[in-house]
This record gives sequence, C-alpha cells and structure tokens, in this order.
Amino acid sequence: MINQVYQLVSPKVFSVKYDDVSYGDKLIVQPEYMAVCRADQRYYLGQRDAKTLRKKLPMALIHECCGRVVYDPEGTMAGQRVVLIPNVATADSDVIYENYRAGSYFLSSGYDGFMRELVALDRRQVLPCGNVPPQVAAITEFVSVGVHAVERFDRIAHDIRNRIGIWGDGSLAYVVANLLRIRYPHCCLVVVGHSLRKLSLFSFADETYLSDDIPDDLAIDHAFECCGGEGSYAALEDIIRYIRPQGTVMLMGVSENRVPVQTRMVLEKGLTMVGCSRSGRADFEAAVSLMADTALQRRLRAIITEVAPVRSIEDIYRVFSDDLTTPFKTVFQWRL
Amino acid sequence: MIFGAILAGGVGSRMHMADMPKQFLPLGDKPILIHTLEKFLTCSRFETVYIGTHADWINYTEDLVGKYVPHARGRVRVVCGGENRNETIQNIIAALEADYGPDDDHIIVTHDAVRPFVTLRMLEENIDQALQWGAVDTVTPAVDTIVVSGDGATIRDIPDRKQMYQGQTPQSFRVTLLRELYRSLTEEEKGVLTDACKICVVRDYPVHLVEGSYTNLKITTPGDYKIAQAMVGGDILD
Repeated sequence: MINQVYQLVSPKVFSVKYDDVSYGDKLIVQPEYMAVCRADQRYYLGQRDAKTLRKKLPMALIHECCGRVVYDPEGTMAGQRVVLIPNVATADSDVIYENYRAGSYFLSSGYDGFMRELVALDRRQVLPCGNVPPQVAAITEFVSVGVHAVERFDRIAHDIRNRIGIWGDGSLAYVVANLLRIRYPHCCLVVVGHSLRKLSLFSFADETYLSDDIPDDLAIDHAFECCGGEGSYAALEDIIRYIRPQGTVMLMGVSENRVPVQTRMVLEKGLTMVGCSRSGRADFEAAVSLMADTALQRRLRAIITEVAPVRSIEDIYRVFSDDLTTPFKTVFQWRL
Repeated sequence: MIFGAILAGGVGSRMHMADMPKQFLPLGDKPILIHTLEKFLTCSRFETVYIGTHADWINYTEDLVGKYVPHARGRVRVVCGGENRNETIQNIIAALEADYGPDDDHIIVTHDAVRPFVTLRMLEENIDQALQWGAVDTVTPAVDTIVVSGDGATIRDIPDRKQMYQGQTPQSFRVTLLRELYRSLTEEEKGVLTDACKICVVRDYPVHLVEGSYTNLKITTPGDYKIAQAMVGGDILD
C-alpha cells in the first residue's frame, strides 16, 4: 500500500515521500505517540554541520515512538501497543553491544525515522509495552539510553558507590538520576545543574547544586555527564575536579564541538571515562520492565509536556517550535 | 459492525491507455486497487471489506486479492457492481446485510478504488464521525476560485471560496440510513445524484465533514496517472 513518509528535506522544510509497504515478513506498525529528541531538533534547526546535513537529509525524523501493530505475519501481535526500536543490528557479537557494533544503524540518523504513516519493522524491532500509558511509552527509547548507561556503569565502575554525581538538569539527567535511584537506593545522589527550577524537580536526589555554587569540598565516587552541547566543557572540568581517584565518568551528552579535557588530572586520578550512546534491545526490555511501575511512570510524567496532536505537516512545524519552549520532553499524538 | 466498500466499478473509458479499467493499472509494483485495499485491511475496525466491480472483472479482482493479500482473503468479498456508483453501493449493502443481517449500528465506509493515497487517519476519522453523526464526507478546502456557469459560456456566480470545498472519498454512512434514504428517492432524483452524500443532501440529512488531503488524488485521467506514478517513483506506462 502507499505509505506517507514525512521527511525533513532541509532545515525547517518537510516534504512527503511516498513508498510502498507490502504485507510480507515484517510487522506493520501505525505510530501513535512520539517524542522529540534533541538530535531531531538539531536536524530541524540545521545545527548539524553542512556536510552531515547533505549526507543525511532528506530523512524522516523521530526515533522515540510507540504505536500499534496493524499487521503481524504470525498474527500474534496484531492489535498490540508496542515500542518501536530504532537500532538495527546487522551482526552478532557476544562482546560488543549492538549499539556500537560495526554495521549497526539507527532509524533517524541517515535512515528514515518514525514520522511515517506506517512503519514496517522486523520482529526484534518492536517490543510490547503492556499497560504503560502511550504518552510515557513514547519516551521508552530515551529511558533505554539511561538504562544502557547505568548497566555499563554497573559493570565498569569500582565498588565504592557511596556518592554518585550527575551533571545536568535536563531530561537525560532526570532519567539517569531516576534509574540510579532505583538501582542504588542507598547511594547519595548529587545533581549539579544550571536552573534552580529544573533542579527542584530532582526531589528524590540527596543533594542538588547550581553549577556556579558548588561547595569546594564536594566529593563524588563516580559521575554521569548529561549536559552535552556548550555545557560539556564546564561539566567535565567540574567532574574531573570533584571526583575521587579511580572514579568512572559516564559521558552521555552530545556535543557538536571538540571538548577539551584536562588529561593531566584524568591521569593523576586514574579516572575511567566511558562513552555511552543509544541502546540495544536488551536495554529496551529492561526499560519497559521498569516503566511498568506506576511510581516511575509518575516520575516520568513530570518531564513530559504533551502538545496538540499532529494532523498535518503544519502541525509538525508547530511541534518542533513548541519543543523549543518546553522544559523537558515534548510528546505528541501522531494522527497523520 | 463496520464495513469497507471499495468502489471499483469503473471501466476506464477516460484513460485510453490500456485495455483494463484504471483501478487495475499498476502503480509502482502493484495494481491501484490493491494499494487501496491494503490500506483498508490495515484498519482492524473493518469486519469485512467489500469490493464492488463490474461483472466481467469479478474473477480477475478475486485473483488479485488471492495473489496480493492471501492472508486477508477471509476479510475481503468481491461483489457485482451496479449501473452506477450508488447502485454499486446498494449492491454492497445488500451483500453485507445478507452476510451479517441488517443492523442499525452497521457503518459503511465507501471509497473510490482509484484513490490509493487515502490514509489510515482519514479512514479512522470517517468511522468515528459516521458512528457519531450517521453521514460523513471527506473534503479539502477549495484552492481555486469556483465559478458557476449555467450555460457554459458566461459566469452566473462566483461563490465565496471560504465556503467551498472539494469532495473526495471516503464517504461513510450508517447503512440503514443510506439504504432508506436511497429507497425514498424518485427515479428523477436518483438521476441527478453525483455521489452518495448527495442522497443525504437531497433529503436534508446533515453530512459532517472530515478533513481530506490534496494528495488523496483520484486517478481518473492519463495525467493523474502520471502524477501518481511520479509520486511513488514508479514507471510510467503510456
């Protein structure tokens, strides 16, 4: 059947591409709710470098999405609400995570994301999300990225985990802090951010500090950098300064620019810096399992702003514009 | 219950490009009708999708269904079309009432086979609004100024464009309502019907509007067909 794919062809310009979706081996999913990621917004605003934009566009945006299965060749999943997994692994490995594996690719980075009328996916790219409300299920990919980072941290970091620092007060920091709270209920969580208003949402953290008012004697065993962008440099400076020897630094914030790192101190303290990006199916499964808990659903709802449904291309422009004014995650119903 | 009714009774006289009716011409890799049927079949709310086609093309249509959507063969029924669009709809109503019995809650979503760009959103909004109001039309705001001419030579009127819409399909109805309104028309009234919604309009039954799309193209002429092929990146048959 003819399927409508809503592609970003150049910054702030969408166009419809028509492709053919046939009943075959793949499941067909109708997207229902989507969330905007900062990466989508960077493409929309043209904040990637010109060479990247030339290479990746035209492309449908959005990789955070839940939907309903409208066709399953095996019949078992038809009608179910599912989370869509944008990571596509093309090779197996017992050592390398699928999100870092050579040949893996990602829908909405060089390949069409989920802004389509229908999406045909392999079975391993969908995951039933049970009773998680669709507005919350829409951000499962985002939560899974946090799950992945915490999982890696747990495998890599030394066992002294009395105080963990989180740099950032945005959506990613909030999700990571929540996941750390669940994983390490007795650990002292320290959150450092720019905005008092945003920091106030971290009510479950033990200590919160404004980045320009960090006590000199602050000490943490490990840290998660969740700032990215212009904030990466300052966050890393602080982390390296306040972290104790042999701590692990999980790098999660994306920056378009090169970020200077004070390697002398990294060496002196024997720090481990771990890059973390995206997630794999196992992380989605863990995320959905955690999100079945209504307490976490309530926490996540606190960062979700649901804007009016998208029923036309004009609405897509509106959503990206709205997203610039919402403090955390922008979620919307997809009615195209 | 909710039923799809794909109107594929055309004989393609306006196309002049092939021996077969236009709904059977390939668009991309498959016949236009199949694109339309597949979209209907993805909507799980349809109990059965009826296809009304000319008697000579019933077997051919059944072959296509078996070839392209074998998994959904049980949800598709091909029935003989009538003399015109509304007679075809009445034939489909007779078939579905024979299959499922008459019921005041039955809804029928009628659609041109040659509008393969219909979206699931349009189908679902048609169903929702037909359940609520009983009669629904899919329209887009008129882009061009509409000019009325009685004699074909001079302008009689230029209505306010803001009030003008272009009718598309789907058009959806409560089955019993459409059947009874149609039966109440005289042969003369039936003669001036251009589409199914007009049946309601003639009898002053309100028809609610669903937003269509300019891309919900009706493939009627060779030009439309070329545009549609260009939209899906298919080869142009000429």
